[in-house]
Amino acid sequence: MARTVVNMPAQAKRGEIIEIKTLAGHTMETGFRHSERGEAIPRDIITQFVCTYNGVEVFRAELSPAIAANPLITFTTVATESGTLEFKWLGDKGFTAAHSAKLNVV
Amino acid sequence: MSRETRAMQDDDATNPGMLWVLEGESLWNRKDGERSCADCHRDAASSMKGVATRYPSVDATGRLLNLEQRINACRVERQKAPALAFEGRELLALTAYVTRPSRGLPIEIKVDEKVRPHLEAGRTAFHRRQGQLNLSCAQCHDERSGIKLAGNTIPQAHPTGYPIYRLEWQGVGSLQRRLRNCYIGVRAEPYAYGSPEFVELELYLMWRARGMKLETPAVRP
Repeated sequence: MARTVVNMPAQAKRGEIIEIKTLAGHTMETGFRHSERGEAIPRDIITQFVCTYNGVEVFRAELSPAIAANPLITFTTVATESGTLEFKWLGDKGFTAAHSAKLNVV
Repeated sequence: MSRETRAMQDDDATNPGMLWVLEGESLWNRKDGERSCADCHRDAASSMKGVATRYPSVDATGRLLNLEQRINACRVERQKAPALAFEGRELLALTAYVTRPSRGLPIEIKVDEKVRPHLEAGRTAFHRRQGQLNLSCAQCHDERSGIKLAGNTIPQAHPTGYPIYRLEWQGVGSLQRRLRNCYIGVRAEPYAYGSPEFVELELYLMWRARGMKLETPAVRP
C-alpha cells in the first residue's frame, strides 16, 4: 500500500474555506528515461487524484509525466457540513492509494 | 537554502521526507528475525530522543559506527535479521525515523581517546587534496563557502539534516550519498558505502557541526 500524508483542519466553521495539503509517495517515472543499458524505462506515474466530500466530488487533478516525484497537491474547499473527505490516487501499473479524513463543521 | 525550501521542510504536511519517516515507523514495529525494534526500544519518540546527535560513535567493541551501521548491527546481533542494504529505501526510512525524535536538538559528538584517532583521520581527509581537480573539502567548504560554484551557493558542509530529501534526487539519501557526489565532483574515486574512511569523514563533519540543531528529514535543493 502506498504512503500518503493528508493535512487539513479537523474542525472548521460553516462556510469557512479550508486548505487541504496532500502528499503521495510515488516515483513518478516519466517514461522518457533510459536505463544504463539503453532500454526505455516504462512510464509509471500517478494519473489521477480525486477528492470527494460526503460523496460529492470537490476536487480532481489529472497528473502528467512532468510532475515531480512524491507529488504535493494543495487545494481548498468550503466547509459546508460535517462529514468525511475521501482522497484517491490512481496511476499506472494499477497504482491505487486512498485516505479519508473527518471534518467537523460547527 | 531558499525561503521556499525551508517552508517546505518545516511543514510536516509538505515535507516529502515524512513519507520515509512514516515508512520507518512501520518498519520499527515490524517483527524481523526474532523481534521488532519496538519490542526492545518501545516508543521511539522517547527512547530515540537525542540518539542521532551522538553518531557516528564508537561502540562497546571498539568499532566506529554511523547510525545506519548501528541499526544494521542491532538487526544482525539482536534481531537476528539480515542487514539492510546501504542506501536502500528501508534503511533510509528506518534511519530517518530514528533520527526524527532528535529534531531540534544540538549535535553532541563526545570526543574521548577511543574517538579521537577516528576524528583526526576524518580531519586529515577533509584537508587532503584529492581527485583530478586536486581539491580538498576544506578548499570549498571552509575557504570558499558562501560564494558560488556554477549557480549554487557553496555551503559550509554541516550535515544537520541527514537523511535528507533532495529535490534533485527526488528522494531521500544519506550523507554518504552526498559525499559521493562531492568525490565525483572533484573527479576522485568515491569510497564504498559504509567504508571506514567515509564514516570517519562523517564523524569529523558532525563534530565540526557540533552545537547545530538537527533538522531531519531536511529538504535541500
